[in-house]
Amino acid sequence: MADCASCSSCASAADLARMGLDIGKHDYVVALAGNPNTGKSSVFNAVTGLRQHTGNWPGKTVSRAEGGYRFNGKRYKLVDLPGTYSLLSAAQDEEIARDFILFGRPDCTVVITDATCLERNLNLVLQVLEISEKVVVCVNLMDEARRKGLEIDLRALGRDLGVPVVGTSARTGEGLGQLLSTVAEVVSGRIRPSPHRVTGDGAFQQAVAELVPLVEAAAPGLPNPRWVAMRLLDGDLRVQQALLSGELAQAAARQSQPQERIPLSISREGRQ
Amino acid sequence: MNHTPGHPQLPAGETLLAKADLLRRNLAGNFRDQLVEALYNDAHAIAQRAVKLPGARRWDWDQKIDRLITSPALGLPLMLALLAVIFWITITGANYPSAYLARGLFWIEDAASGLFESWGAPWWLTGFLWHGVYRALAWVVAVMLPPMAIFFPMFTVLEDLGYLPRVAFNLDRLFKKAGAHGKQVLTMSMGFGCNAAGVIACRTIDSPRERLIAILTNNFVPCNGRWPTLILLATVFVAAAAPPGVASVVAAGSIVMVVVIGVLFTLIVSALLSRTVLKGEPSAFTLELPPYRRPGIVRILYTSLIDRTIFVLWRAIICATPAGAVIWLLANITAGGQPLAQYCTEALEPIGSAIGLDGVILLAYVIAIPANEIVVPTILMLYMGENTMTDELTSAEDWRSLFVGDHQWTLLTAVNLMLFSLLHNPCPTTIFTMWKETKRLKWTLLGALMPLAIAFLVTFIVAQVWRLIAAGL
Repeated sequence: MADCASCSSCASAADLARMGLDIGKHDYVVALAGNPNTGKSSVFNAVTGLRQHTGNWPGKTVSRAEGGYRFNGKRYKLVDLPGTYSLLSAAQDEEIARDFILFGRPDCTVVITDATCLERNLNLVLQVLEISEKVVVCVNLMDEARRKGLEIDLRALGRDLGVPVVGTSARTGEGLGQLLSTVAEVVSGRIRPSPHRVTGDGAFQQAVAELVPLVEAAAPGLPNPRWVAMRLLDGDLRVQQALLSGELAQAAARQSQPQERIPLSISREGRQ
Repeated sequence: MNHTPGHPQLPAGETLLAKADLLRRNLAGNFRDQLVEALYNDAHAIAQRAVKLPGARRWDWDQKIDRLITSPALGLPLMLALLAVIFWITITGANYPSAYLARGLFWIEDAASGLFESWGAPWWLTGFLWHGVYRALAWVVAVMLPPMAIFFPMFTVLEDLGYLPRVAFNLDRLFKKAGAHGKQVLTMSMGFGCNAAGVIACRTIDSPRERLIAILTNNFVPCNGRWPTLILLATVFVAAAAPPGVASVVAAGSIVMVVVIGVLFTLIVSALLSRTVLKGEPSAFTLELPPYRRPGIVRILYTSLIDRTIFVLWRAIICATPAGAVIWLLANITAGGQPLAQYCTEALEPIGSAIGLDGVILLAYVIAIPANEIVVPTILMLYMGENTMTDELTSAEDWRSLFVGDHQWTLLTAVNLMLFSLLHNPCPTTIFTMWKETKRLKWTLLGALMPLAIAFLVTFIVAQVWRLIAAGL
C-alpha cells in the first residue's frame, strides 16, 4: 500500500489515541472478527494500547475482549471476538462471534485475514458479508506473505468482495493508520460497501429468494434478511429461537437507539 | 393461519418456520452442504484472482520441519527431549540465583529483627512480622522467582513459535482412543500454562459431553503454579541424590516423567469418563497447524516476565503473607505445653504416613489451599518451626539435608510429593472457573474432588507397594 505520509486523504496514525479500558462513552462500536491465529489480538492491542495475551495459538481468545480508542475526535469501542473458521456451527465461540455481529449490531465489522492463507480465510469473510454490509477486510501478516514470496492484489480483492480492503502487519504497525481511517469512513457512511453475496446454484438461490420476503415481514427493518433466511433454511435453532421470541424483531427495532445496541444476554455471555 | 392482531411477530414467525421447513425438504441435497460448497467456490475464485505467487516459495522449510516434529516415529520422542532440555536449563540456571536471593533476603530478616529487638519491640511482634510474614515472603521469592524467570520465557518462545498445536497433533491419536475430542489436546496444552485458562478454552469444544471431559481432566497437567514445586523437588531430591555429573540431567528427566504421568492420567480418566458417566463417540475436528513465526523478543519478555512470572509471583506473595502469619501463630501459640502446629501435624500424621508423606506436608497443603505455589516454602517454614536460624538454609544441598537428615524424607517422600502435587485438587480459581463454565454444582464438585481422591489413591498405592518391596529386599 501507499506510504501513509505521502497520502493526504488518509489520517495518519498520530490522530490515534489509545484509550485502553476507558470505554464508558463511545460514538461507534467496531467488532474484530477473523479466523483463529490471524493476529486479531495483535491488532486489538496495537489499537487500544491494551495488553491482551497474544500467542501463535488457534483458539486463544475464547470470549469477547473490549477496549477503546479515539480516532479523529470520535470514540470507538473495539470488541475482539473469538477467532472462528465459520459462523455456521453451534460451538460457543462461533455463537458468541455470530450473535455479536448479528444482534450486537456493530457500526463496522473488521474481518482480519491471514495473507499467507487467504483462500481459507475468505470463507469466513463471505459469511460475515452475508450478515453485515459495514465490513472492512484487513489482510494481516503482509510481512509474512512477502517473506514467503506471495503477492496480494488488494485492489482486486476489494473489487471482488465489494468492501474496502486494507493490508497490514499488526506486529510492526504497518497499515494500521489506514485501517482506522477506512473504518472511520465506513462508520460515517462515506464509504458505502456493496458486499459480495454467495452465488450458489439455481435451486439454492430460489429457496433463499422465496424466504426473504417472509423474513422481512416477520422482522421489519432487519438489515440482513437474506442471511436470516439462509440460517432458517439450514435449520439453525438459535436463529429460530430468536425469531419466535421476538429477539430478531427487537434487534431490528433497536437500530434507532444507538446507545442500547447490545442485548444484555449477549453482552453477559461474552463477558468473562 | 390464525393471525392475532396484538402479537404480530409470533404467528408470522411460525409461518416463516413452516415455510423454511418446506423449502428445505424440497431442496435436492442438504442445504448446509450446498451453502458450504457455494462459499468454498466463491472463496476459491476470489483468492485465485487476488493472490499471486511470483517469488520463490519458501514454504518448504516449514513443511520439512513439520514432517520431522509431527512424524509418527520421532514426534513424541523429540517432544519429550525438548521438554527435558528446557527443564535442564531451568534447573541448572536457577540454582545459584536462588541461593543468592535466599542469602540476601534472610540477611534482611536477621538485620530487621535485630533492629526491632534493639528498639525493644516485644518478641511476638518481631516474631510475627519478621519470622512469620516476612520469612514466608522471602521463601516464596527465593524459591520461585529464579526458576520462573528462566522457565516461562522458554515456554513462551515455544508458544509463540507455534509449537503447542504440533504437540496437540502428536497426541491426537491417543486422545481419540480415550473417547475425547481432539481439541482437548489444545485445552490440555493451555493447562500447562494455567488450568483456569485451560478450562475456559474448553468453550471451543462444541459437544457438551466432550467439553465436560476436557474441563474435568484439565487439572492433571501441571500449571504455572505447580511447575516451581516440581522443579524444586526435582532439584532438591532427585538431583541431590544422583551423582554430581548427571544430577541435573536426572532431575530434568524426572520432571518429564511427571508430565508424562499427568498426560497418562488425563487419558485414563478421559477414557473412564467417556465410557461411564459421559458416554459417546468422539467427534471429528480439524486442527490447523499455524505457520512458524519468529517470536518478538519484547513481547516474549513482556508475556513471560510480566504476565506470567510477576503474576504467579504476586499471587504467591498475596497468599504467602497470611500463610506466613498462620504458620508463625501455629508454631508459637502453645496449648498444654506444645504448639498448635504439633497438634495439627500429629492429627494428620497417620494419613500422611499412609500415603508416603507426613503430617507436616499435609498441613502445608491445607495452609496452601489458596495457592498451590507456596507448598514447598510452607513445608520449609513448618519444619523450621520456631528456629530462627535461616542463614544455613540457602542452597539445594542445605534443603536436602533438612528434609533427609532432620525429617527422614526418603525418595518415596519426594516421588509421592511430586505425584500428589501433580494430581491433587485444582486451585480455587480453577474450581471457580469450572463452576462458571459448567454452571452445575455436580460437575464442579466432581472436578474438585475426583483429582483429590485420585491423588490419595495413587500415592497410597505407591507407598504400600514401595514399602512391600523395601521390606522384601
